[in-house]
Amino acid sequence: MIEFATLLERLAFTPSRNMKLALLKEYFTMAPDPDRGYALAAMAGSLSFAAAKPAMLRALAMERIDPELFAWSYDYVGDLAETVALIWQPESETHKSEAAPGLAEVVHTLDRLPKADVPDVLRRWLDACDASSRYALLKLITGSLRVGASARLAKTALAELASVAPDDIEEVWHGLKAPYGALFAWIEGKGPKPDAKDAPVFRPPMLAQPLENVDLAAFDPAEWRAEWKWDGIRVQLVSAPQGERVYTRTAEDIGKAFPDVLATMQDLGSRVVLDGELLVVRNDVVASFADLQQRLNRKSPTASMLRDLPAGIRLYDILFEDGEDLRPLPFDIRRQRLESWFARLNPPRMVLSDLIAFRNFEDLAKLRDSARSEGIEGLMLKKADSPYLPGRPRGPWWKWKREPLTVDAVVMYAQRGHGKRSSFYSDYTFGLWRTTDGKRELVPIGKAYSGFTDEELKFLDKWIRDHTTKRFGPVREVAHGLVLEIAFDAAQYSKRHKSGVALRFPRVARIRTDKPAEEADTLEAFIHAFL
Amino acid sequence: MDWLELKPEGLFCVPGAFYIDPLQPVAHAVITHGHSDHARPGHQHVTATPETLSIMRLRMGEDRAGESQQALEYGEVISVGAVRLWLAPAGHVLGSAQIVMEYQGQRAVVSGDYKRAPDPTCTPFEVVPCDLFVTEATFGLPVFRLPDPAHEIGKLLHDVRLFPERTHVVGCYALGKCQRLIALLRNAGYHEPLWLHGALLPMCSLYEGFGIQLGELKSATAAKKGEMRGGIVLAPPSAIADRWARRLPDPVVCLASGWMHVRQRAKARGVELPMVISDHADWDALLDTCQATGAKEIWVTHGREEALIHALGKLGIRGCSLRLIGYEEDDEQAEEDAMA
Repeated sequence: MIEFATLLERLAFTPSRNMKLALLKEYFTMAPDPDRGYALAAMAGSLSFAAAKPAMLRALAMERIDPELFAWSYDYVGDLAETVALIWQPESETHKSEAAPGLAEVVHTLDRLPKADVPDVLRRWLDACDASSRYALLKLITGSLRVGASARLAKTALAELASVAPDDIEEVWHGLKAPYGALFAWIEGKGPKPDAKDAPVFRPPMLAQPLENVDLAAFDPAEWRAEWKWDGIRVQLVSAPQGERVYTRTAEDIGKAFPDVLATMQDLGSRVVLDGELLVVRNDVVASFADLQQRLNRKSPTASMLRDLPAGIRLYDILFEDGEDLRPLPFDIRRQRLESWFARLNPPRMVLSDLIAFRNFEDLAKLRDSARSEGIEGLMLKKADSPYLPGRPRGPWWKWKREPLTVDAVVMYAQRGHGKRSSFYSDYTFGLWRTTDGKRELVPIGKAYSGFTDEELKFLDKWIRDHTTKRFGPVREVAHGLVLEIAFDAAQYSKRHKSGVALRFPRVARIRTDKPAEEADTLEAFIHAFL
Repeated sequence: MDWLELKPEGLFCVPGAFYIDPLQPVAHAVITHGHSDHARPGHQHVTATPETLSIMRLRMGEDRAGESQQALEYGEVISVGAVRLWLAPAGHVLGSAQIVMEYQGQRAVVSGDYKRAPDPTCTPFEVVPCDLFVTEATFGLPVFRLPDPAHEIGKLLHDVRLFPERTHVVGCYALGKCQRLIALLRNAGYHEPLWLHGALLPMCSLYEGFGIQLGELKSATAAKKGEMRGGIVLAPPSAIADRWARRLPDPVVCLASGWMHVRQRAKARGVELPMVISDHADWDALLDTCQATGAKEIWVTHGREEALIHALGKLGIRGCSLRLIGYEEDDEQAEEDAMA
């Protein structure tokens, strides 16, 4: 427990990916089996207990501490588990000598512990642990453990230890179970590669490079296929003898949030791995990303959400069919296989992604710019003979995004960045003009922290420091004197900002030192143009 | 006890006609220690330990550190008016003292800031039995049971070994915390040169002048960027999150403070490696000390006094709050605000 608690604490405070990787590698090397396996499960989000409720923690703490002192402490610390962890005092010196439980011991005990016995066991554990381990234990036992490392990062650490590609781990991952003994044996060269066989495992997807600095004139249109690029969530649908899954492109299993999609897969009963875009489709019309977001935000949707925000899939590709790996085949052949599978089963909730006919890239460019339909981000170009390669290879697939939308907004607040940027004001909140009751004021519409060069960042940082009017902790309010041209992919109505609108993927396109703040865009004009 | 009074200028000893750590310039000030919220400039006559007087001269200049200065060694007894006065070690920083006063058969002790944890850079706290004990309560909540500083230094050194390509920069207050950190690092077997922000160097020289060995110290401000890679840099907390820190190659931001004990406080400061090291008494030390003095009456000056007073009440000791506006509960914050 102590090593795990130390790792948790360090990960919670470390923003840098490389440092997290190093910490994970160190932990996986030093920690024993099966403790490290359960730690891995915790990172994958599959280690969750509801053995104790907050009321039980409170009651336990009250046995040892005066209620008023507890109340003041809780008020100061603000987190129940942390308060109990810090305030807990081992009953006697004899308890301190008892060894703290290992993570595996905790997990195994909780698995079969009757509810009534939890307080006694927990009391004993708390007595044996230090404050940091008590914190980890209490978070684990109340089902509120957060690990500052994603499953993907943990897999990357394991892959580096084993000198294999992270995708190799990914391909066997979803067939494995905590505490992952076979996986650790394999990466340490003590066992064979685990066999995923009939399990619905995730296959790392093929991603496209942005079409920048590429000479389209050198491309032969006959060798390329074009599809719309949709503004949804790229997903992989897997149906295997051992079950169905919906994965995001980062291998997150989001099936619980999309029972409608899972049910469709079950009904089909066809053993396939499909690549597609998850969208909300109402009466054959693709809804905005905001609608999809509502579904994504819910771990399990309500009946009314399932009715009003039905999920649909636009199919791009087929990777496996009845155990046959189609990935080495050329795109055109895979497309034929996808079309014939689709024609045979006529699956509900699914549509095929259209192949767009075109003679030359000029025509295609015109088509791309004219497409203003909601949900279309641009075009995808795929080489007709391209096999399905995991990762983001340069050459076979390109994403050709529409020119971004832009607005001229005024900087209102700035905040320090993190990690390497912690000495720079690098996060900017910007707003547009609104006139209410004859009074002209700025209302925030979004926040951007990318799109500028290092030189521009230095300029912005200095500008912020020189024009600060107020400070609120790490945030500075600035004089309304700097206009930024903000690029964004889409606009939507939102309650997040006072203005009632929000931007999708806003970034700084240009610093408009040439433009007076009074001449920045108005909210009215913005809504008229983009909503 | 009716011969100690709280006035707008600060705590006043009536029969001795002097103030203790006054907030405004006064005729006679007795100073517990050199932190800027306790030792302020502009008094006429100042009584303090030789170390504290020396620190005051360094920080505010000869002319502002008292028109006349009276150095008192620990335990050296003098009479001021009708009061017998002497200083006892407080274990907070170099030269820190408790003010012991006797009048008409009663003894009062004003402890200033103090700690009970061992500190190689200053004389350990001495319990002085008394009738009235005046205590701080910076960490006056039972969640503040602070870990062994050696453990926190171990965390830092482990991290330095794990990430040899990065620079660990530790935020620490210029007086006390900085020198204690250095001494703790040396005790833990770290003998590499340490890189110091320019604001920290003069105080280190002063400590060395009083015989406290700190090993090799180099100026971080004068260093070439690559030189410090893999090393440990000490700087005032306010410098770390600011432009000064840009000279550091790939820094890991650490902060040594008792407040780092609470996650949210560490998170809010953007700290990557919190080090729970404090120069104040933690909860257990506050309660132990109040009991050990045998005082029937405890006055609590600054911090979270309500919880301490409540807990003392349970032990049968009468406590009351003596809210002294102007004493900061947080040295780092005080310094940051001062520079803002």
